[in-house]
Amino acid sequence: MSARLPVRKTYKLFIGGAFPRSESGRTLDHEGHNVARASRKDARDAVVAARKGFAAWSSATAYNRGQVLYRLAETMETRQAALAAVCSGRREVARAIDRVVWYAGWADKLAQVLGGANPVAGPYFNFTLPEPTGVVAVIAPDEPALDGLVARVLPALAGGNAVVVVASEAHPLAAIELAEAVATSDVPGGVVNVLTGLRAELAPVLAAHMDVNAIDVTGADGDVAALEILAAENVKRVVRAREDRSPWEVGAFMELKTVWHPIGR
Amino acid sequence: MGQALALPRSVELPGGGSLPRVGSVDAVALEARAAELAKRSIKRESKIFALELAIRMMDLTTLEGADTPGKVRAMCAKAMVPDPTEPSVPHVAAVCVYPSLVATARRALRGSAVKVASVATAFPSGQAPLDVKLADVRAAVEAGADEIDMVIDRGAFLSGRIGRVYEEVVAVKDACGDAHLKVILETGELGSYDAVRKASLVAIAGGADFIKTSTGKVTPAATLPVTLCMLEVIRDVHDETGLVIGMKPAGGIRTAKQSVQYLCLLHETLGPDWLTPDLFRFGASSLLNDVLLQLRKQRTGIYRSPDEMTLD
Amino acid sequence: MAAVAKKGDTPVPAGGWDYAPAPESRDIVSFEERYGLFIGGEEVSPRSRAWFPTVSPATEEPLAEVAQAGPKDVALAVDAAREGFEAWRAWKPSERAKVLFRIARILQERARELAVAESLDGGKPIKESRDVDIPLAAAHFFYYAGWADKLEYAFPGRRPRPLGVAAQIVPWNFPLLMLAWKIAPALACGNTVVLKPAETTPLTALLFADVCRQAQVPPGVVNIVTGDGSTGAHLVRSDGIDKVAFTGSTEVGKAIQRELAGRDIALTLELGGKAANIVFDDCALDQAVEGIVNGIYFNQGHVCCAGSRLLVQESIHDQLVRKLKRRMATLRVGDPLDKNTDIGAINSKAQLDRITELVEAGTEEGAEIYQPPCRLPEKGWWFAPTVFTGVAQSHRIAREEIFGPVLSVLTFRTPDEAVEKANNTMYGLSAGVWTEKGSRILWMADRMRAGVVWGNTFNRFDPASPFGGYKESGFGREGGRHGLEAYLRFE
Repeated sequence: MSARLPVRKTYKLFIGGAFPRSESGRTLDHEGHNVARASRKDARDAVVAARKGFAAWSSATAYNRGQVLYRLAETMETRQAALAAVCSGRREVARAIDRVVWYAGWADKLAQVLGGANPVAGPYFNFTLPEPTGVVAVIAPDEPALDGLVARVLPALAGGNAVVVVASEAHPLAAIELAEAVATSDVPGGVVNVLTGLRAELAPVLAAHMDVNAIDVTGADGDVAALEILAAENVKRVVRAREDRSPWEVGAFMELKTVWHPIGR
Repeated sequence: MGQALALPRSVELPGGGSLPRVGSVDAVALEARAAELAKRSIKRESKIFALELAIRMMDLTTLEGADTPGKVRAMCAKAMVPDPTEPSVPHVAAVCVYPSLVATARRALRGSAVKVASVATAFPSGQAPLDVKLADVRAAVEAGADEIDMVIDRGAFLSGRIGRVYEEVVAVKDACGDAHLKVILETGELGSYDAVRKASLVAIAGGADFIKTSTGKVTPAATLPVTLCMLEVIRDVHDETGLVIGMKPAGGIRTAKQSVQYLCLLHETLGPDWLTPDLFRFGASSLLNDVLLQLRKQRTGIYRSPDEMTLD
Repeated sequence: MAAVAKKGDTPVPAGGWDYAPAPESRDIVSFEERYGLFIGGEEVSPRSRAWFPTVSPATEEPLAEVAQAGPKDVALAVDAAREGFEAWRAWKPSERAKVLFRIARILQERARELAVAESLDGGKPIKESRDVDIPLAAAHFFYYAGWADKLEYAFPGRRPRPLGVAAQIVPWNFPLLMLAWKIAPALACGNTVVLKPAETTPLTALLFADVCRQAQVPPGVVNIVTGDGSTGAHLVRSDGIDKVAFTGSTEVGKAIQRELAGRDIALTLELGGKAANIVFDDCALDQAVEGIVNGIYFNQGHVCCAGSRLLVQESIHDQLVRKLKRRMATLRVGDPLDKNTDIGAINSKAQLDRITELVEAGTEEGAEIYQPPCRLPEKGWWFAPTVFTGVAQSHRIAREEIFGPVLSVLTFRTPDEAVEKANNTMYGLSAGVWTEKGSRILWMADRMRAGVVWGNTFNRFDPASPFGGYKESGFGREGGRHGLEAYLRFE
């Protein structure tokens, strides 16, 4: 009688709420797994999916976004073992989950802290509102494998943005496990997209992409200046982590709109 | 405050009053009210009443480039006897076809009370010279149409030439002779409920017997809020002038549940006097089978399969 | 309406299309025969050994017996809250947040059960408890859960700390929702609570105690003491409290304010109102009618911020009143558990008497009354939707809060006159303004002496939106970032 053969997971990309292989058919060997090696076309598809997902995500109420992100925390909680196996362990997973809860609670409070009414000198009602910028490319940090990624993705999501993640080359599996949690948490398709592969190949494509509104370079190693030059082509917002957690980390991915209206009989 | 729209001399109003003002419609409140009415829970005998009424109010429709006499004959058979296994099921109000198929429909419906409605005026776009549109109407009327469903000129409406829209309705009404006129606003193209209200009033001023939401060729077609908006216009017109105008939502109404929601809207906005095919029609095709299935489910208590109903 | 010509047969039943009864099933909730007090995480029998029944106002049937908490019971609850506070304050704020998130989730999961219980105990239509009360209650816990570990961002430059033990007294008009408005921010700020639900509506609070057990709320953090007005008085007189939050009548609010004088206890009050719903002639007319109806007939008018005074611009008075009366005739009064019911039962005999008295005063003072024909059930307490026209500012029905489905209609000519009349009251809770002119909405809002101004809408509530009154409608705000202030002190 032979021992039971485990059914191995196939690690694919996460685009538009589905898990396709790379259109190039290429893979990378990572610790015995064949991980998809995303191409520039996959990146292009991810941005298209993100733009669609952004429409749904940004038009949901802030309350709804908060609830969905909380549900992501719930899902991650039940997947602790799977997540722990692809990062430094349970303690990191607990921190990541708590971080998701923290940012979930910000979704319906941002306007109250980042925005407000402005006392202009005239008979006008004037108020400033934060709005999501749109599609955000995130170059995931290598460490911590899971929490580092969460620390950059959740601020963008909490603000109502859609993200395209270039997963860490050192830890691609953590990103896909997180994607599986996202896929089962009522997050609309396209709001989160994950591309595994070579950072040096994918980051410049997203940095130059004209339909990406912001790029988070916290995890970018190598020539960050080169990415910034590419980003300038459509005046992308270039974002780096400043604090471990803060509503202003969310604000970095948001625009501010100020509205005037006369007050009169 | 009222903006009286000029009325043609040939149209005599019982009350002689002017039409209500156009004014504004608050979209958020309108949609909330429609949603509230859609929550009504209609059960048992009141549900059976509604489903049977929905059938009696249906304009069974086929408006495809691919329509043939065979297709129209099959649909007419369905219109006269929707459920051959259940004789208590009433016939529908009318069939709705292109002018070229009116004669076929008339022959197929001979001896029944089902009416023939025809689209006209270069349906669905309305983008043709007026004389072509009027010829279209006359052809349909001569072929035997009881009812004409015209489209307003949205190009004229959206570019501010409201007078042109009005005059066309007047001219079409004249060409209709004895046929009764439904005016399609194509609400999905008008852009706001304010515009829908304005277009409704212009159509009524021009002589519409019915105002109708859509051609069914554009999304969104009929919705509960836009229907509510138009029913409120009809209510205001009746209040101000005594005129009784009908309403027809068309396109996008596929389920029995939706049809009951529309009837609740009608019932609670215009009252029981409007619960008649003379004043309310559904422009639909696949709706009929779902209503028949629901009726059967109400009678037997068992959920049905779509296979049970004929596709005509 | 003029007679409508009918061609062909139109077999509408005589009297119109009657909707068949569509009752929500009662089976989803089962009440205990008797509920003790919820103190220190446990159900305990009252030391007072006194009990009283709570009844369904729609049928007068008793639903359960609840405890009449006496002074000893209240003292025990306050002690338990104090003990609970010493433990709760040591929790990490992010862990406190998780308890509140759990409560929010459980409220969502048990939503239907709670909605049915609320409609049975209080008389409000299931449509409202299901679609408004319970979802908002869950949303309040969700919203405030998120603040628990973010307080330093809510008050930049200040160091927020909990107050300690909060004594909270809530009314019978939105029992579970008012409980959520009180408990969610209190706990989020690190306090513990002793909450007294209204005498006639204790059941959802007692079910909430069960929710707390399920959520593993630590003992003593939430304590529920049931009873009549005397229980509330004992609570307010208690030595061991740091804060009082009261929602109820202005009269009792003033008594509480007097009681707390000189005692250095934080206080917030949410009291009565006589809101003006102001309609200009350029409004979206049919939607304004909906707003007026919602403003005064929602929840049978048992709403502190109800739009009980309609101030309509004289130029559209007749047209508006005609539409309003016709709309009132489509309101369905009846069994709260019927899904099609728009207006439920009056909460108690006492309240029904108060409404009746004021309505009689209205006709005596010369206003003209209209009530659409409606068949009211034999048992239970009911009042038909009512509107008075020809009301003067000096009439009792224009000055006193009726707290029932009774609308008083007055007129005005200009925006300035509308402002004057709207503000001419000791109350200041809310106001509504209906006009399609944006600048006028803002101009009116600017001048309303009211804590909540609704523009082209009415009775909109959200956990993110601060709510509270000016003048004798109370002080302090509930909801939003501002709602945290009531439960904090600052170092």
